[in-house]
Amino acid sequence: MIRNELLICAGGACITSGEKSVKDALIEELHAHSIQDEVQVIETGCMGACDLGPIVVVYPEGTFYQKVTPETAHLIVSEHLVKGRVVESLLYTEPETQEKVQSGAEIPFYTRQVKRVLRNCGVIDPLSIEEYIARDGYFALATALGMTPEGIIDVVTESGLRGRGGAGFPTGIKWKATRNARGTPKYVVCNGDEGDPGAFMDRSVLEGDPHSVIEAMTIAGYAVGAQKGYMYVRAEYPLAIERFDWALRKAREYGFLGENILGSEFSFDIEIRIGAGAFVCGEETALLRSIEGKRGTPSVKPPFPAQAGLWNQPTLINNVETYANIPQIITRGAEWFRSVGSSKSPGTKVFALAGNVKNTGLVEVPMGTTLRELVFDIGGGIPGGKEFKAAQTGGPSGGVITADYLDMPIDFDTVKELGTIMGSGGLIILDEDSCMVDVAKFYLGFTVDESCGKCTPCREGTRQMYHTMERICEGKGRDGDIEQLGRLAEVVRDTSLCGLGQSAPNPVLSTLRFYEDEYRAHIYDKKCPSHVCKHLLTYSVIADKCVGCTACARQCPSHAISGEVKKAHIIDQSKCSKCGTCYEVCRFGAIQKE
Amino acid sequence: MKSLEELKRIKEETLKEMDLRQAKERGKIVVAMGTCGIAAGAKDTLLSIIDELDKQGIHDVKVVQSGCMGLCDREPTVEVSMKDQPAVVYGDVDDANARRIIREHVGAGKVVADLVIRRENI
Amino acid sequence: METRMLNVRINGRAYEVPEGITILKAAQEYANIDIPTLCYLEGISEEGACAICVVEVKGAKNLQRACVVKVTDGMEVWTNTARVREARKLNVELLLANHPTDCFTCEKNQICRLRELAAEVGVREVEFPRTRSEWLPFDETSLSLIRDPNKCVLCRRCVNVCAKVQSVYAIDIVGRGSNSMVSTFLDEGLGNVECVNCGQCLLVCPTGAITERSEIPQVWKALGNPDKVVVVETAPAVRVAIGEEFGMPDGTQATGKMVAALRGLGFDEVFDTDFSADLTIMEEGYELIGRLKNGGTLPLITSCSPGWIKFAETFFPHVLDHVSSCKSPQQMFGTVTKTYWAEKMGIDPRNVVVVSIMPCTAKKFEKERPEMKTAFHYWQEKMGLRDEEAFNDVDYVLTTREAAQMIRESGMDFANLPDEQFDKPLGESSGAAVIFGATGGVMEAALRTGYEVLTNKTLEKLEFEDVRGLAGIKSAEVNIDGTILRVAVANGLGNARVLMEQVQKGESPYQFIEIMCCPGGCLGGGGQPISDHPDVKQRRAEAIYREDAGKPIRKSHENPEIVEIYKEFLGEPNSEKAHHLLHTEYCDRSCE
Repeated sequence: MIRNELLICAGGACITSGEKSVKDALIEELHAHSIQDEVQVIETGCMGACDLGPIVVVYPEGTFYQKVTPETAHLIVSEHLVKGRVVESLLYTEPETQEKVQSGAEIPFYTRQVKRVLRNCGVIDPLSIEEYIARDGYFALATALGMTPEGIIDVVTESGLRGRGGAGFPTGIKWKATRNARGTPKYVVCNGDEGDPGAFMDRSVLEGDPHSVIEAMTIAGYAVGAQKGYMYVRAEYPLAIERFDWALRKAREYGFLGENILGSEFSFDIEIRIGAGAFVCGEETALLRSIEGKRGTPSVKPPFPAQAGLWNQPTLINNVETYANIPQIITRGAEWFRSVGSSKSPGTKVFALAGNVKNTGLVEVPMGTTLRELVFDIGGGIPGGKEFKAAQTGGPSGGVITADYLDMPIDFDTVKELGTIMGSGGLIILDEDSCMVDVAKFYLGFTVDESCGKCTPCREGTRQMYHTMERICEGKGRDGDIEQLGRLAEVVRDTSLCGLGQSAPNPVLSTLRFYEDEYRAHIYDKKCPSHVCKHLLTYSVIADKCVGCTACARQCPSHAISGEVKKAHIIDQSKCSKCGTCYEVCRFGAIQKE
Repeated sequence: MKSLEELKRIKEETLKEMDLRQAKERGKIVVAMGTCGIAAGAKDTLLSIIDELDKQGIHDVKVVQSGCMGLCDREPTVEVSMKDQPAVVYGDVDDANARRIIREHVGAGKVVADLVIRRENI
Repeated sequence: METRMLNVRINGRAYEVPEGITILKAAQEYANIDIPTLCYLEGISEEGACAICVVEVKGAKNLQRACVVKVTDGMEVWTNTARVREARKLNVELLLANHPTDCFTCEKNQICRLRELAAEVGVREVEFPRTRSEWLPFDETSLSLIRDPNKCVLCRRCVNVCAKVQSVYAIDIVGRGSNSMVSTFLDEGLGNVECVNCGQCLLVCPTGAITERSEIPQVWKALGNPDKVVVVETAPAVRVAIGEEFGMPDGTQATGKMVAALRGLGFDEVFDTDFSADLTIMEEGYELIGRLKNGGTLPLITSCSPGWIKFAETFFPHVLDHVSSCKSPQQMFGTVTKTYWAEKMGIDPRNVVVVSIMPCTAKKFEKERPEMKTAFHYWQEKMGLRDEEAFNDVDYVLTTREAAQMIRESGMDFANLPDEQFDKPLGESSGAAVIFGATGGVMEAALRTGYEVLTNKTLEKLEFEDVRGLAGIKSAEVNIDGTILRVAVANGLGNARVLMEQVQKGESPYQFIEIMCCPGGCLGGGGQPISDHPDVKQRRAEAIYREDAGKPIRKSHENPEIVEIYKEFLGEPNSEKAHHLLHTEYCDRSCE
């Protein structure tokens, strides 16, 4: 007789934080108290609050234990399960009031979230198809098979669902175009390449609720007239591949994939294809080329994949998160889907909140949620008492949203007006100590690395832009650099063959628009106002604080510091390599960094 | 898998197994599991309660443990708080009494007066 | 079905253009606007890589690539706005930033498309620095071609030609982003992979990234050596194309001037490869008849194209016993010169230098094949030569372009030279020989002789139109006095592959197949003048057939010098001596 369930978050982040050891400790302790047959231990997908992991939730109480270690795990058993005493030390502490919060649902990080895409993540065992079914899984497929393909496409269109991979293209229109395209066979492809650094929304869905995507792809196959689906996952997601593969086997076993699904005339199956480390293969045509076994470089569009995609056949290609929205749209209807979000961007969006913010992790909120809510109410604000400076959105294809726009509701269209994109949902919070030039350079560097190299503007243009940014950050900026960056950005955006190149200048353009003064400081004053760009820092000794302990002089790798024992030291600027070692080792706060 | 009926059947069965994770809004039953409680047999009381709830098909009531409630000479003690009703603490809850409480109070909504040892003040 | 006409506006003016046409073609054919391109090669390379041909299209957010975007009804296109001009200029500047600056000495500086493009879009300053930190090594592993990846603009024309037209796939892009470059498998080099040396990549390369391995210095040296008798042979396809190098119209028959120019360079004898083409027909014609009569391996496949031979050895080693054992005319010539002619003239064969002028880059590889030292073996015992003293039958191969370069260096005014005649006895040729330069020519030449030998009757109509023309695969049924001979002709290795797959499966319906490695045949060879005129091959072909029609003798077996060489030296076609000297062997390069 099971009287309690321990749900352990086994998303990628928690696994890296030692989830397995925690699980082993719990099981050991259960055995020690001979209650292993009364308590079920279940590993679920990502629960979202990634910096609170490893997380263990006790049911039916719903008690939320965070930062559990193998050393403290036993308390959950010996105190809570055996004696009914909640383990206070493992509870979440509300930062403002210092109160302990027992129920996960009451933690501020969660209260404002609306989990639709992530509805099963953290609740079910992703390896259990029965649990997926218990949460209404595959009911959408059963319903869909009783509808006409056109009817399904109508519902999807009415729902207003827009692609969640970054472009925000109306999903219903894409499905319709693929259905209407001439040619057999047709294909359904899921884009699980998720290349934006710091984005892990798709990974969490694939790891935590793989059946939702399988069900959606099958529905899509029925709607557009395809018999074969391909799940393209980046090779860097081995756990997602493993879980998705297991889910495929289970789905086949239960007859949700294969011949005559659910007694209908519709047959469909899905194959996994693994990427090989190229960000550009997240671009839909490059992805299709990759599946075909060719170099993953984008192709000219038109023709679009709906007309001529995989092996020149009509192909539907959508993002993981887009698919994850489909089953509920079928079971609950378009109206329900539109009940949250904004009118032009209905539904929810999963964001990966990271950077200088207290609560990092995955959050799912209605479209139209303001940046302020995301950063402060859900994110818990900026740690260390620092000020919010900007939020970088959309990964390397996006720009920044400054503090002036904190109350702007975030959806596909509003962010475009600000010169950035929603992208796949990456949201990096930057505090007052961030150098915006450095941030732009970082993203541009990523793009330069990942450019496929086919078209001149992206291959050469982004490289030239990066070259200039490097010079600027090294103190070798010149008059005319801002104009040159603008000139290059314009043509790279205007003539690149694919979205990677077209959006590559965004971080630079966006930061130039809002922080031109920082650029000018780097170029003309040779200074980095945020003290980030190493080459622009000046380290000097504050004479009246220096006690002459010689620690800095001894550690300086460039032998740039001289001075007598017990006398104030001095740094020779011409020899200083700006490594910052003196700043690190000085115990008297006598090194000034500016 | 051939039909919607089969799907529904799997759903029902699995939901039962996932019962503990469901939202249970109608009420909460707390079994005191302090040392005295456990010595008096609170463990068996807990299992009886869970079993009887299952038998009665009641799935919207949570069963949790707590530490000692303080009423040590009347262990096993069980607190029943149904939604919108005052909480009631029962004492000497053995297997038979546990099942009575479930059938009469939780199931039929009638407090088992002779087992009550404390009531919440309204 | 009639093509729908669409209404478009280009630069503000209205035009009616057929549906399905690209903006590029519409502008060119209807509005007299030549939108500049770089990477575009119709039907072969349509990747949209260079971003030079961009235009503004009303309603489109970004600039559009004119070469691949098709016009739609009501489309409004602007080809010369400030935005468009800036984009083109900047993209050219970006290419120039990382391009070597040795234009003054670059071999392709007269025809470099990049240089021309920079002038077209008006680049006067390159404000960007070189970002590539390293200079990439040259690929000099091939006997025919040299690649300089530093000059490559990654237009991908070479990759696409090698893959789509030739189906060889010897080169592809490796690496990513600004580290990407064209290379071979594991950077082994062209000489170590499947490359067949055809030079089609060279013909389409817009810069100096691919050039031939030059033998000009060696030839100048030989010409300047008083002890050497330097003999030159010229392929049929050269004479109808060399004029282009001197500004003459496409398809000029410049045979006489070519002979005069070569004589002017200092060659002791100016002979004609066409002579040995007639020889090839004799040997191969009798080989075919032999196989037909004695149940030999059919279909017989021609063997004069060294690019095709290496292709067969690499990809279809199992069809090698179908291939004729005849050497190519170039190689037969070298052998005959250093045996028959040297003997006749009493010259020490070691002092004879044979230079061939070819439309072909693969011939530079062919002459070095180890089995092509037949003359040496002929003389070895007679003269008591040691193995280390071995010499090639053909010493140097110059492409049409290289020959023109030498003529330029010597200051001759080619276009105004008086016509001169080839020397004897290896300068006489029939019309059948000259048509070797066009696809279908070898087939037609063989049929002219084969018919008469088989039937003992005179062939009334000498032209076999069914095998003429630039189509990739041609087939015909030839009625040889009642017997039907089924023949096929393929040019371009992609087409050869189709026929060879049939042969390999034993499903070929043909008895005789002609394969030419290069599209169009030798007239489109990798050594020919580089031209972007769309009908240049057509013009060269017409010139070849005019040359044939104007010749007094049009059948190989009627060439008096051929009659003589058999009488005096070889005996009969396919005789043992002919076999030793004029036939060869092949090897399996497939690594199976």
